[in-house]
Amino acid sequence: MALSTEETGRLVALLGAQADRVTSRWTEIVTSSLRGRLSQAELRRQVQDLHSAIITTGEQGDFDLSADNAAELRAALSELSRGRARQGFSATETSISVFALKDVLAELVQESDGKGALHDYVAFAKLVDEMGLFTFDSFVRTRESLIADQAEQLLELSTPVVKLWEGVVAVPLVGTLDSARAQVVMERLLQTLVDTSSPYAIIDITGVPAVDTQVAQHILKTVVAARLMGADCIISGIRPQIAQTIVALGIEFGDIATKASLADALRHVLRLTGVETARRQPRRDA
Amino acid sequence: MTAGIDLGHPQAQAIRSDEDVVRVRQLVRAVAVAVKLSLVDQTKVVTAASELARNTLVYGGGGAVEVTIVDNGRRKGVRIVFADSGPGIPDLDLALTDGYTTGGGLGLGLSGARRLVDEFGIETSAATGTRITVTKWSR
Repeated sequence: MALSTEETGRLVALLGAQADRVTSRWTEIVTSSLRGRLSQAELRRQVQDLHSAIITTGEQGDFDLSADNAAELRAALSELSRGRARQGFSATETSISVFALKDVLAELVQESDGKGALHDYVAFAKLVDEMGLFTFDSFVRTRESLIADQAEQLLELSTPVVKLWEGVVAVPLVGTLDSARAQVVMERLLQTLVDTSSPYAIIDITGVPAVDTQVAQHILKTVVAARLMGADCIISGIRPQIAQTIVALGIEFGDIATKASLADALRHVLRLTGVETARRQPRRDA
Repeated sequence: MTAGIDLGHPQAQAIRSDEDVVRVRQLVRAVAVAVKLSLVDQTKVVTAASELARNTLVYGGGGAVEVTIVDNGRRKGVRIVFADSGPGIPDLDLALTDGYTTGGGLGLGLSGARRLVDEFGIETSAATGTRITVTKWSR
């Protein structure tokens, strides 16, 4: 949807003639819709950027949002929606910054009252709609990338590998173990085994609510991978209900050592490595 | 998600992605808690639901699940129906054999799920897809 040369000329003239008034009125409408969540100065700057981008586009040729001469305008619109998305504004609150231009144009066109005013307004309004949709699109894209980032951060956050003792590392698993997380857990664990040259790893599943065959398979693969690197794995945190479910499902952990609690697993490893733990004898007074 | 469940009516959940499998688990757990299943039985029925939901997704190409509270006068229970319109299961006996898989898993999902619940019904055909009904009663 592009404006004709004459329409473009009239749009530029309309917006350019009373630039200050246009931006003030535009800022006013946007400010009232956002109810003071952004400062007036910041909104005015954004509106002025858009305003000048629209005029530049119009001066460089026929107005068409997808054409080369509108690159600056598209950049300004993406910038606006990126900023709003990151600040947590809703899609409506973001696109209203663009749609507010319609109200301003309506007022201006009404005042000019020339021949073809309605025709012009319809053409301009279509253009604003297009700009609004573009803003909406980039808003959604930004939000999607934010969500993807957060999911990734969560993935990293929820899979720490901790050193319990000299030569013993542990992975406390919490939550759902899907393929993506299982992959991260395996990579982390194997890397930590190398970095710390630990011969023992404990995988603690106390925080995994349900152990089904997929989860079991992921754990088994991780154990086998660790074994290939010469490390022994112990699975701990097997609660009674999980143990009964695993038996009913028919999952076999083979010769992999399993323990009810992380403490049992650590004690088991310490015994294997020959570390003695003893309670200190209370000293008796003679 | 579990907060606003109206347990008087059957709860439906589409299965289209891995996230939906997690939602099915949460839904089944909420209903299992509501009919006062023991912790072991809760875990068993949730695990069975997880297996069957994943089968619906992987082998049935997605489908839907319906969770209902049932009452036989003496005991209450959870009934879960998994339905897909996939290719069906050609050899049911083989599919219910421990360790048999066509998808690279452990081959224990279907047979294991049958052991985890009290009642297990399966209807399958190439024309209508697969429909699995499982029930777990409170003790």
